[in-house]
Amino acid sequence: MSYNWNWPIFFSPVPSGETTYLFWLIEGLKFTVLLSLSAWVLALIVGSLAGVLRTVPNRFLSGAATAYVELFRNIPLLVQLFIWYFVMPELLPKSMGDAFKQSDPLFQQFVAAFVCLGLFTSARVAEQVRSGINSLPRGQKSAGLALGFTLPQTYRFVLLPMAFRIVIPPLTSEFLNIFKNSSVATTIGLIELSRQAQQLVDYTAQPYEAFIVVTALYLMINIIVMSLMRVVEGRVRVPGYMGGK
Amino acid sequence: MYEFDWSSIPGAIPLLLKGMLITLEISAVAIVVGIAWGTVLAVARISGVGILSKLAALYVNLFRSVPLIMVILWFYLITPELIRAIFGAGIGDIRLASALVAFALFEAAYYSEIIRAGIQSVPRGQMSAGLALGFTPGQTMRRIILPQAFRNMVPLLLTQAIILFQDTSLVYVIGLSDFFGTAYKVGDRDGRLVELLLFAGLVYFVICFTASRIVKRLQARYAID
Repeated sequence: MSYNWNWPIFFSPVPSGETTYLFWLIEGLKFTVLLSLSAWVLALIVGSLAGVLRTVPNRFLSGAATAYVELFRNIPLLVQLFIWYFVMPELLPKSMGDAFKQSDPLFQQFVAAFVCLGLFTSARVAEQVRSGINSLPRGQKSAGLALGFTLPQTYRFVLLPMAFRIVIPPLTSEFLNIFKNSSVATTIGLIELSRQAQQLVDYTAQPYEAFIVVTALYLMINIIVMSLMRVVEGRVRVPGYMGGK
Repeated sequence: MYEFDWSSIPGAIPLLLKGMLITLEISAVAIVVGIAWGTVLAVARISGVGILSKLAALYVNLFRSVPLIMVILWFYLITPELIRAIFGAGIGDIRLASALVAFALFEAAYYSEIIRAGIQSVPRGQMSAGLALGFTPGQTMRRIILPQAFRNMVPLLLTQAIILFQDTSLVYVIGLSDFFGTAYKVGDRDGRLVELLLFAGLVYFVICFTASRIVKRLQARYAID
């Protein structure tokens, strides 16, 4: 194999001359992080809601939440993304759809990827939240109700504070996944990390340098998220449970 | 309001079926090779042999930290070089070959974690009993530990297979015409992207939902009490 390594390539200017390839990578990293974190917030909110609804004693509500989870779990992420990006604008009322299609392409890509990744992950969060609530001893709910709490109060003051502390370790892996899954946005052209890796290959013809650096950046994100979550897990650990003190 | 026109789907069925075959081929190879190679990695990891278990851990952690899309792109880049190095000449279309390699090696990392947990769920006494009966450690692993471990893992292995089946759609990034890639191309060609994408989503949903129901039923039946 005769490959000409050229590491300083990152400091040479891009074709338009305004900046360097290194800046492209930083831009990519920025969008990967921004997209993942914002989608994570959406996933936590919607996922918690759907997870709670799956456990309530109301067939209509729990059935709707189950249908929601099954829908988002059984369609590939890429197909969901294309549906949000290409199909939804067509199905919206015409004025809204047109306004969306005429907006800045970057805005369109980001919104589609944000909604897609957020809701996709929310179905997984919902499963964790549900199993967290179900893992609590039955008596906790009865005790709450017996003390005169209403059902929503029982959830708010008795069940959820415990359930959330229990589900944090399993949620860590979903949090890691959202960063990896954000790379799917490359397919609709959002300039996140893996898009930038491909761009660098196209522009510099130095594929190995680009891929190695981008892969290393993903590893770095992974390590940072894992060490962060380890601190959080240590803080919220419930004494008396597996992994507790 | 958008007016649906589903008329381009019936004519595209043969093409879509051809795409589905590619999807199934990638899934099948990834499942078979992934489980085989994943078992080797899992056994290496818990073997207690320093260097072997470290290498296996490095492999698994590396693949599990990188997005599948990057892995597909990596192998699309490396495979032609490898083929040239081995056979001395490049071959034509390497997209399918590189996708097969990428999925098999990637899924092995995920399978190995499931298998490792499965092996560790077998009581330690089983190993001692095997050794006491005069089996070598290798024989004990093969004849006593692994059969029990696999039985415990069947639902998880199948669930991973469903996830993998969904993930094969990502070969879109190297332009391979699997089921989804074909649906996209047909939709793009006929200006009927909306219908084709919804149709593709429906097909994936029906397959994966049915499969996950079956897994759930198996899970109840296979459970060792």
